[in-house]
Amino acid sequence: MADTYDLIVLGSGPGGYVAAIRGAQLGLKVAIVERERLGGICLNWGCIPTKALLRTSEIYHYMTHAGDYGLKAENIGFDLAKIVDRSRKVSGQLNAGVKGLMKKNKIAVVEGFGTITAKGKLSVKQGNGTVDLEAKHILVATGARARDLPFAKADGKRIWTYRHAMVPEVMPTKLLVIGSGAIGVEFASFYNDMGADVTIVEMLPRILPVEDEEVSAFMEKRLTKDGIKIVTGAGVEKIDTGADGVKATIKGKDGKSTTEDYSHLIVAIGIVPNTEEIGLEKLGVTTERGHIKVDGFGRTNVEGIYAIGDVTGAPWLAHKASHEGIVCVEKLAGGNPHPFETWNIPGCTYSRPQVASVGLTEAKAKEAGRDIKVGKFPFIGNGKAIALGEADGFIKTVFDAKTGELLGAHMVGAEVTELIQGYVVARQLETTEHELMETVFAHPTLSEMMHESVLGAYGRAVHF
Amino acid sequence: MPIEIKMPALSPTMEEGTLAKWLVKEGDTVKAGDIMAEIETDKATMEFEAVDEGVISKITVAEGSDGVKVGTVIALLLADGEKEGESTPAPAAKESEPKPSPADPNKTGTEAQPAKEDVRDHGKPADPKPAPAARQDGDRVKASPLARRLAADKGVDLSGVKGSGPNGRIVKADVDGAQPGQASAPAAAASSAAPAASPAPAPTPAQVPDIPHELTKLTNMRKTIARRLTESKQQVPHIYLTVDVQLDKLLKLRGDLNAGLESRGVKLSVNDLLIKALAVALIQVPKCNVMFTPDQLVSFQRADISVAVSTPDGLITPVITEADTASLSSISTRMKDLAARARDKKLKPEEFTGGTASISNMGMFGIKQFEAVINPPQGMILAVGAGEKRPWVLGDGSLGIASIMSATGSFDHRAIDGADGAQLMKAFRELVENPLAMLA
Repeated sequence: MADTYDLIVLGSGPGGYVAAIRGAQLGLKVAIVERERLGGICLNWGCIPTKALLRTSEIYHYMTHAGDYGLKAENIGFDLAKIVDRSRKVSGQLNAGVKGLMKKNKIAVVEGFGTITAKGKLSVKQGNGTVDLEAKHILVATGARARDLPFAKADGKRIWTYRHAMVPEVMPTKLLVIGSGAIGVEFASFYNDMGADVTIVEMLPRILPVEDEEVSAFMEKRLTKDGIKIVTGAGVEKIDTGADGVKATIKGKDGKSTTEDYSHLIVAIGIVPNTEEIGLEKLGVTTERGHIKVDGFGRTNVEGIYAIGDVTGAPWLAHKASHEGIVCVEKLAGGNPHPFETWNIPGCTYSRPQVASVGLTEAKAKEAGRDIKVGKFPFIGNGKAIALGEADGFIKTVFDAKTGELLGAHMVGAEVTELIQGYVVARQLETTEHELMETVFAHPTLSEMMHESVLGAYGRAVHF
Repeated sequence: MPIEIKMPALSPTMEEGTLAKWLVKEGDTVKAGDIMAEIETDKATMEFEAVDEGVISKITVAEGSDGVKVGTVIALLLADGEKEGESTPAPAAKESEPKPSPADPNKTGTEAQPAKEDVRDHGKPADPKPAPAARQDGDRVKASPLARRLAADKGVDLSGVKGSGPNGRIVKADVDGAQPGQASAPAAAASSAAPAASPAPAPTPAQVPDIPHELTKLTNMRKTIARRLTESKQQVPHIYLTVDVQLDKLLKLRGDLNAGLESRGVKLSVNDLLIKALAVALIQVPKCNVMFTPDQLVSFQRADISVAVSTPDGLITPVITEADTASLSSISTRMKDLAARARDKKLKPEEFTGGTASISNMGMFGIKQFEAVINPPQGMILAVGAGEKRPWVLGDGSLGIASIMSATGSFDHRAIDGADGAQLMKAFRELVENPLAMLA
């Protein structure tokens, strides 16, 4: 006799476990199936452990620049094993936290590999045996994994994906990072600050290609100044793996190929959704370019089968998955939530300096035919930034000239990943420039720059 | 400050009403929920409840006043312990206060706002701005700043817009969907805040001929009927499609069903079955289950049928919701209840607004066939004539006698083409002639 539930969630990442908790809050009997560790990529192999590493490299950077603050630090060094160990402990703590949350919400945790065998039926492989489960609703939240280079599969020795890159046994001496999205740039920043010789290669004409062009240009200049070599408009043609490194052949903008030796290589060229062997084909669930096709409430074309998060497509972000999980479960439980919306999902890159943005870039706003006003305020005009010794960066805002709608905000500099939420709230509440201008910002704070940027869009910036 | 009690909008189409009766007098203490007055709207007489606690300090609109515009202050309420004197502004007491300097002409930027009211200036009577944010029911309109600005640009009156945000807050998307000058998005198109607001169809007072006569004041209901139907005939291009329908099988089915339903106290009328047939036909021909709006066609996914009911004061159309899926006994029971309460003027506003199509049956008067006026914003109305024995060419080609009824659909040609209307009439006829199909 199979165990029967109202809702089975397949995958316990930030989409799945949040959806499961929301289901339990709404009175559903919920089970969650996980093949590896509760919390998924995000808190075991993604967002969280990398933030632990980047905190280490940030402090290390301050230690090597202690003199700037009137401090003396001698014999500065690090223990790589301990750095990795700290990062793993952070993950472990949060993994235990999710376990606790499942218990608190009376969600059955079923370990093993789940496959949907028929509508409403799911079988979980555990060692040699299987467990059968039944539920009216099955929510697929299986996420995604790193995309491999077609000619050089990641082996964990010399060729790494993010997963290998966050548990290094040795410090790379010369590192090639392929891809300059958030993951590529974060690892480049970490290893560069820890002393490696780092090169980023990006196929598109600029790094962080989804960000505003001014942000990309700023980051390229700044990272180059910090010692990272950046090659844009270039493709990796060939990788030869040897015993003590890789030879990479890169075809540059000019069409010429050059070959260089690297000790290690990180592949960060995107993701592949995890849709295999979970029974989707048999049930006829429609996919589009590998991603499960869903409506605004996570419903697939097959009744009773839902999907959320990375497995359904961009943006591949933990907070997008959580949001979708909540909407999907509220809807299937008979609620009346608003459908998924992607217009107000912030994106953050935790490199040094940080990058954060929400909404339309200046170029995208123009493309959309909007008549715009743009404000830009530099960190050098902000007292707190100067006091922190972080006078590099800017905050840019894009307004609709006619309606005063805040179309987008783009930030680069210290702590901007914590600042962006102010604009996200403003956008969600549909404030115009008027309310933002009338808001009092505390002094001295970095967030004053958010005010100044808005004032600047209307020719009224005070401190610049 | 005393609380202003304003004329409420008790139905979506109400613009003004008659203050039929005060149930409180000056000096009375009221608490939330107490019935303060009876107000006659365009559709019904309704009770008006207090929402705040306090003492009625002044009644500003006398009993029996009619044409009281929604939003007019009808009484003043003093909160507990408040004295009446506090309500009058302290004159000139603040003369010594420095006046705010006028807006700096050198002020840069595009703001160019009028100089702000000095909030300390209690001498000023309340808010000088006409409160654009006052909803008809007296509540503040909840709208995002962006929605307010967009509405101002477009000339949309937010008080009629339905908000889709948290707690009904009006957001950008709601204003984007609303039409300038129009009260709101499609859902509230039945509301009457039309731009021209031509309240009555007769703009020039007619010369009354010198014949002995008596004058009867128009009730609000009569005024609404006049306005709505004039609007319909002026703005909606009607097309009319008539079919003759053989009723014998339906009459037999009705007899059989009623024999079975007798124990439950349900007696189906022919009209109950016709409501069901129209609803099912609308689902079968979805192109006719629509509503025309200037920018988009609204296609409904269920059929809610407004049924014309004649009352001593005029026509009203209670709605049988989900008539396509409802059982006949449910339609019958609900119809009886709605019709009875319509005659007693006890219908709630939501019970006579929002249908997707209408039906009007004049068979009981022996009317053979007629064309009905579409009930805006609906896309069609079905006019049903009397069922009568007529000579009829039977299925086998011989001439015989059958029970025949003529039915005429009026369709909004902006939304529905003739061929689609014809499909609906055909579906309706087939359902009536083979009534078991609509029970399946």
